[in-house]
Amino acid sequence: MAISREQVEHVAHLARLGLSDDEINRLQQQLSQILGHMQMIDRLDTSAIPPTAQVIPLSSVMREDEPRPSRSVEEILQNAPRREGPFFKVPPVLE
Amino acid sequence: MALTDLTALQALAELRSGAISSEELTQAYLDRIDQLDKGLVQAYVTVTPELALDQARAADARRRAGEDAPLLGLPMALKDLVLTRGIRTTCSSKMLEEFVPIEDATITKKLFAAGAVLLGKTNMDEFAMGSSTENSAFFPTRNPWGDLSRVPGGSSGGSAAAVAAKLAPFSIGSDTGGSIRQPASLCGVVGFKPTYGRVSRYGLIAFASSLDQLGPLTADVADCALITEVIAGHDPLDSTSLDAPVPNYLDALNGDPSAGSGQALRGVKLGVPKEYFVAGMEPGVEASIQAAIETLRGLGAEIGEVSLPHSDYGLAAYYIIAPAECSANLARYDGVKYGYSAPDAESMWDGYYKTRGRGFGDEVKRRIMLGTYALSSGYYDAFYVKAQKIRTLIKQDFDQAFERFDAIIAPTSPTVAFEIGAKTDDPLAMYLNDVCTIPVNLAGLPGLSLPCGLSEGLPVGLQVIGKALGEATVLRVAHAFEQARGGPLARPELAASA
Repeated sequence: MAISREQVEHVAHLARLGLSDDEINRLQQQLSQILGHMQMIDRLDTSAIPPTAQVIPLSSVMREDEPRPSRSVEEILQNAPRREGPFFKVPPVLE
Repeated sequence: MALTDLTALQALAELRSGAISSEELTQAYLDRIDQLDKGLVQAYVTVTPELALDQARAADARRRAGEDAPLLGLPMALKDLVLTRGIRTTCSSKMLEEFVPIEDATITKKLFAAGAVLLGKTNMDEFAMGSSTENSAFFPTRNPWGDLSRVPGGSSGGSAAAVAAKLAPFSIGSDTGGSIRQPASLCGVVGFKPTYGRVSRYGLIAFASSLDQLGPLTADVADCALITEVIAGHDPLDSTSLDAPVPNYLDALNGDPSAGSGQALRGVKLGVPKEYFVAGMEPGVEASIQAAIETLRGLGAEIGEVSLPHSDYGLAAYYIIAPAECSANLARYDGVKYGYSAPDAESMWDGYYKTRGRGFGDEVKRRIMLGTYALSSGYYDAFYVKAQKIRTLIKQDFDQAFERFDAIIAPTSPTVAFEIGAKTDDPLAMYLNDVCTIPVNLAGLPGLSLPCGLSEGLPVGLQVIGKALGEATVLRVAHAFEQARGGPLARPELAASA
């Protein structure tokens, strides 16, 4: 299975991963090899089989809607790479 | 006998009798870590000597006051993806190199409440992605077996090596596709992935949420039963956690007391799946597993062949589903709230690319790319949905097998520990290590690996797979085998080099 350089760049864009030229070349070759191997699943006819997303008999677990204290701003910001007062600081969003 | 030679249960007996203090025991481990870890085994990313000694002294004070708790004063190591409040938790990633959690994971809370003492946080493949611990962003961990030239397996390689090198009496790992069992196998210790949902994952840094499960690595099966009982149970903070009673697993080890001596598994039906004896399995591994099967037969177990016909497809399905889930889980690393953040971001978009491009290592990027591809428009049905359908077939294979059998017996890994560097250039070859462990995660079942012998002087792991919530049966079979082979595998001697 051949993955093109454009496909690698497109997927990296979707994943917001900045990749070097070397990385793109290497991933193009590796993804082709790995996905080529994974294509063995095509040999199996699964048209009548339902998909399984998870294996335990639980769905939409609910809890009581009871108010409780939130974390303090200081705790939440403790690991922030950049902050300004009680806020996370981010690079410009709009040009 | 040194204090660090004791199993967890032996150490607890000494603590309870007053023969030793937790401070002495903890200091013995800290001394051994000083001698053997840095530059040699390299099991730990972070050692926490001050906390450990504080906790040890507190445990000793509680004992003097007449208190007891299941693990009171017993040291431990936690894989560095289990949150520990105030203690750096890195996932062995540059992305989280300086991350200090503001709370403990539920498993951390439970172990602390049971009286355990934290020695430190163990090395791993970055974000638990890998089978050799070579994907750590910091350094590789070395297998204590052989001449320190081999991998410990992964991703919980630090946790497995710590127990094998007697740098901790027990440790916690996580298993998404074999990451507890495979390193346990390669390091000659016991490793147990309980049923999906059996142990709360609140505070476990997520890799693939439909597969991840926490579990213990220990020196023997009785220790494994003890730790499993402490960490299992429902947690309202984890909505995938199962609300099922936790049995006394230690009591369950001995099974039917009316069974005659040497017949500890009389009437227990064990299936051997022919598909797990894969091409490429080392002859020494296969011979060791076959000998183990004969030992189990000698214990009165009824051994039968079973077919799990879709096993071949498990690896492919896993390496679509797990990367797909990882690509979603790891989207949270945006350089804003915590973790590495590119200092030279010119805009929000530029910041995402730079932060994620530099913060993640090669394997993590590869999995994010694989997963994003499998979920992207045009490929979603052919890869992701197809893999989920195969997951259904794999679960059905096990359901049918467990209509006839109480447990399934298989190899854990097709090979013994390989040389550091042997597979780092070939990601697909590395993925193939997990062929015998992955289907168990896809089906959400409990799986345990324990040593069954040596091949080329290196440990071979026997895998025992049970029904959902069948932990007690798995532990009983493993314990009977361990007793029959004369007790747990002796851990290797290690000498501090000059």
